[in-house]
Amino acid sequence: MIPIFVFAAVALLGAGLYVGFFVAPTDFQQGEAYRIIFIHVPAAWMSMFLYVVMAFWAGIGLAFNTRLSSMFATAIAPTGAMFTFIALWTGALWGKPMWGTWWVWDARLTSELILFFLYIGFMSLQAAIDDPRRADKAGAIIALVGVVNVPIIYFSVQWWNTLHQGASVSVNQAPAMASTMLTGMLIMVFASWMYSIAVILKRTRVIILERESHTAWVAELHKNGAI
Amino acid sequence: MRYNQQSIPSIDKIMLQGINLACVRGDRELFRDVNFSLEAGGLMQVRGPNGSGKTSLLRMLCGLSNPAAGEIRWSGTSIRALDGEYYGAMTYIGHLSGTKDDLTVIENLRISSALAGFDIGVDQAKDALGHIGLRGREALPVKVLSQGQRRRVALARLLVCKTPLWILDEPLVALDVAAVKLIQELLEQHLREGGMVVMTTHQEIDITATSTTQLHLA
Amino acid sequence: MFMWIIKRDLLLAVRRQADVLTTLFFFIIVVSLFPLSVGPEMNMLRTMAPGVVWVAALLASMLSLGRMFSNDYLDGTLEQMLLSPQSLSLLVLGKAAAHWLVTGVPLVLMAPVLGIQYDLPGEALLVLTAALLLGTPVLSLIGAIGAALTLGLRGGGVLVSLLVLPLYIPVLIFGAGAVEANMSGMEFDAHLSLIGAFLLVSVVFAPWAAASALRVSLE
Repeated sequence: MIPIFVFAAVALLGAGLYVGFFVAPTDFQQGEAYRIIFIHVPAAWMSMFLYVVMAFWAGIGLAFNTRLSSMFATAIAPTGAMFTFIALWTGALWGKPMWGTWWVWDARLTSELILFFLYIGFMSLQAAIDDPRRADKAGAIIALVGVVNVPIIYFSVQWWNTLHQGASVSVNQAPAMASTMLTGMLIMVFASWMYSIAVILKRTRVIILERESHTAWVAELHKNGAI
Repeated sequence: MRYNQQSIPSIDKIMLQGINLACVRGDRELFRDVNFSLEAGGLMQVRGPNGSGKTSLLRMLCGLSNPAAGEIRWSGTSIRALDGEYYGAMTYIGHLSGTKDDLTVIENLRISSALAGFDIGVDQAKDALGHIGLRGREALPVKVLSQGQRRRVALARLLVCKTPLWILDEPLVALDVAAVKLIQELLEQHLREGGMVVMTTHQEIDITATSTTQLHLA
Repeated sequence: MFMWIIKRDLLLAVRRQADVLTTLFFFIIVVSLFPLSVGPEMNMLRTMAPGVVWVAALLASMLSLGRMFSNDYLDGTLEQMLLSPQSLSLLVLGKAAAHWLVTGVPLVLMAPVLGIQYDLPGEALLVLTAALLLGTPVLSLIGAIGAALTLGLRGGGVLVSLLVLPLYIPVLIFGAGAVEANMSGMEFDAHLSLIGAFLLVSVVFAPWAAASALRVSLE
């Protein structure tokens, strides 16, 4: 099943980038530089969405002691962190021509940065624990605590940002989008979906094989040259 | 030498039972399909070479860790479901003495008993410590005690925490001959009164009990 | 039972006063480093003061988290707490309360003195102290979760900062915000109420989360 998603991801990525960079009209306010949103916005959406999905599966793993869902959560974390990083990186690239600076302490950027820290915390906690069962459960607790805190953090940062008006530039000023822009963006969102599903399934597979490496069925697969 | 222990109420029915227990540490399976049951007045000695999973089994019986498979029941109910109620019926003394170096002997005993749900006064604590051979050392901080004396501080809990089930991991380590005899008598009295003991030990010790189970872990 | 744990941890802190003092002096040193690094210009220092004091309080409180459970873990007393018929969440609440009494309260008491170094006006000093008084227990409570999760891990001290500092951000924002609001002549009640709300939420949820984390860590 993984090849289907890989194929879909590559095809959609190609189509999305084509629409984004060649078909969509140039924005009269922001010029060509705005085209980075075709990467930035889907990445930012995915980063937040994946954190919730990760916490959800980790929570299921903790509550019902189902090992597969914990492994799934572990597999999601690096992809989520990658999207967060891409969102931050492209945000900075976008900010330079738009605001004349690489980084502004905008509420969204700041929240995204904190989300990145939360991902890093989850991954380093799991990496520090040798016993996979303990790693699953400990990761689940921190992911759940994180997910409870994300709205509070977001709200605090939003509020903090409005207090410190001045250098901040609102990102919300995007006017009604041209329909080709919207199409390009949606295609890119689906591409990120497909990519995430493909990578996460593959990673889950590797984690399962690694953890079950002492069992007979993995040895069997190995002998037959399946892995 | 008898220590005045009040009899434990309604113990006849209570029974500890392990069903098809399995333990996995890392990639290695330590044991599987371990079955046993323990009735009031019963003693179970867990034996086996180093690394055979004795301590792991005892920690499972305490509810500190979960068995990889199987279930542990206390009077017919899984200990997972009982939680606090089970802890109130059990005393565990493990490898670690569970004493604080910076506290005095008597403070240690009073605090650990209070944790276990037995709020004891100074006199009762002194009594117990005297009985276990620590008379006159009540006010010393534990850090100045010898290994054997620390062990005695930990074991003094058995005199004040009147729970039906005792789970003891190598209780005789570092004890001298007199203390071993003392503990032996204490265990026998507990068993006579209908209590239960699960213990590991490498030392040969004769404990009279109405029923003695030997559990061998390979 | 709750009181027993607090009494015990306070007794231990009294026997090991050096631990308490190191945290306090860490706090003082960090706050004193800022004027040395950015210059002694009073106006700037005054605007920086709330943030600096709060960040230093965050770091000081976090550094002492390692001690909350690890000593008990090493000598086996934590095992006994897990096997207590009492509710483990309540015991954790007791330990967090003791942690706050030992590390948080000295910070709160020292903060006005450090505020004077930064030339804060009198009322701002009061608001700073009040905000710290409400906020530092939250730090101990959230910190308990991190401390419980990293129990017995290699590099647990650095790891705990990664886990806990992002969660401290709301307290930091509103804690420092209260003082800034006061200095710029605005109302600060809302800030303090929000920190109070954080405190209530963490009193309810943090001990429970930390207790589950302890069970996971000791398995």
